[in-house]
Amino acid sequence: MYHINELLNSDNTLKPSFVAMKESDDYTINIGPQHPATHGVLHLVITLNGETIKKVDPDLGFIHRSIEKMCESLSYRQYIYVTSRMDYLSSHINNHACALLVEKALQVEVPERAQYIRVIMDELTRIASHLLWWGAMAMDMGAFTPYFYAFRERELLTEIMEDTCGARLTMNYMVPGGVMHDPHETFVHRVSKEFLPLLKSKLHEYEELVTGNIIFQNRVNGVGLLTYEDAISYGCSGPTARASGVHCDIRKLYPYDVYNKVQFEEVIETAGDSMARYMVRMNEIKQSISIIEQLINNIPEGDFQAKTKAVLKLPKGEFYQRVETARGELGVFVVSEGGTTPYRIKFRSPGFSNLSCLDHITKGSKIGDLVASMGTLDLVIPDIDR
Amino acid sequence: MYIVDYIKEVASAVKSLATGMKLTGYYFTHPKEIITQEYPDNRATLKMADRFKGEVIMPHDENNEHACTGCTSCELACPNGSIKVITKFEVNAEGKKKKAVDQHIYHLDMCTMCNLCIEACPTDAIKMANTFEHSVPDRNMLIKRLNNNGSKIREGVE
Ligand code: SF4
Ligand code: SF4
Repeated sequence: MYHINELLNSDNTLKPSFVAMKESDDYTINIGPQHPATHGVLHLVITLNGETIKKVDPDLGFIHRSIEKMCESLSYRQYIYVTSRMDYLSSHINNHACALLVEKALQVEVPERAQYIRVIMDELTRIASHLLWWGAMAMDMGAFTPYFYAFRERELLTEIMEDTCGARLTMNYMVPGGVMHDPHETFVHRVSKEFLPLLKSKLHEYEELVTGNIIFQNRVNGVGLLTYEDAISYGCSGPTARASGVHCDIRKLYPYDVYNKVQFEEVIETAGDSMARYMVRMNEIKQSISIIEQLINNIPEGDFQAKTKAVLKLPKGEFYQRVETARGELGVFVVSEGGTTPYRIKFRSPGFSNLSCLDHITKGSKIGDLVASMGTLDLVIPDIDR
Repeated sequence: MYIVDYIKEVASAVKSLATGMKLTGYYFTHPKEIITQEYPDNRATLKMADRFKGEVIMPHDENNEHACTGCTSCELACPNGSIKVITKFEVNAEGKKKKAVDQHIYHLDMCTMCNLCIEACPTDAIKMANTFEHSVPDRNMLIKRLNNNGSKIREGVE
């Protein structure tokens, strides 16, 4: 605790305070804010001792849009579309969390058809996100070709999304009570007959090209070690934590929609290094394929949207909903005063907590390993800044 | 047996590189499998998805009639304030005063294509068009009036 005299001058103005970021003879370099390896506007201040990293200070805020504050002036239908802009690679899953929260608060029964569609969409998004991460991470390590291979498969996926949702990235497809449109008539065919066979026939290419590659293996094996305890104390979630052996898959722990009806494995690795994080994501692609296969041909008939009132008013109280995005646990917390707009809204985004362990896992390693550790954390900067 | 391990490691490393290069070589010699599209050269054959959300339009029929009642639901549903409906009062045949749309102003520059206005419209008067080439030299050209000049509401739409 500070005493008031330490903070304020005698005329009630704030005293300036200085905190040294580094010792005077430290050598620092900056990565970013505009650097291709940070995949966005993340600024890292790195203190070096020769080639060894002493400290990494992430400097955030370059893409802060105050989404939480914006949501306070939007209605419960409108606030969903903004969340597509947080973690834009998991936009469906972000929308899903917000829709689930409203349904939970209003106790709306979602038609089964909508639940199936939502889960299929979530898993397609997860595949798309992991594919893009795979390409981008290989590019960070100097392999340029995988990027195009990843985009080749992802392109078909974005076309499927475009057919059904009308957009390729920021879909705004989930609404309170269901989904916005019925899936396009070609949806089931394109997913089950075109996309899944294509992806399955290409998975071996990923393994030949990157996973088995000796240069890649030597760059990630044992690099960026995150132990089980540290993963928990830094609040990591998603593939980052599961690579350290933490059971944290929200789809298993707190199933929502039809996740309790499908069979899938929670992918766990115990090594905790960059290779483990890589393997978790590669295996999650396979699990997502299996989830989609179980659902895609069994979508029940019926409504795709429950009837809801035109103006949604949440009862007075606090509501929390969590989902598993491609990066980890997304929590949405809403305080309602009974009106049409939230009183306060808070997003617990997975990227922010996952980034917080970067300093810890890179301390003492060489600067070349920083990119490997950062790449396998799968950071999306708009998700961190919101 | 350090030397044996070393040679084994080199051999497996060479093998892993060769596997990757084989794949690259395959695509190098099979250019048909490359999927890059060369926009705008393919403009004539480029087909956008039916539901692609490009801009909000208000369809008019051959009599220059639309289905908009001027109820302002779309304006209220829009999270960005991209729509402004200016209404007027019209006197109909029976001499009753009735609300009608005067100008339906749409700001394409502020629109995020969220589809909420389309969902909110009770008479389906507006819809999404799948045009996407929206670049213009001046930002003001993106502010559009959706109802045509001299258009009126279709008979029977309430
Ligand atoms: S699509 Fe969304 S942002 Fe655009 S005008 Fe309609 S409601 Fe507003
Ligand atoms: S477009 Fe539809 S919602 Fe908007 S004012 Fe006209 S009738 Fe009402």
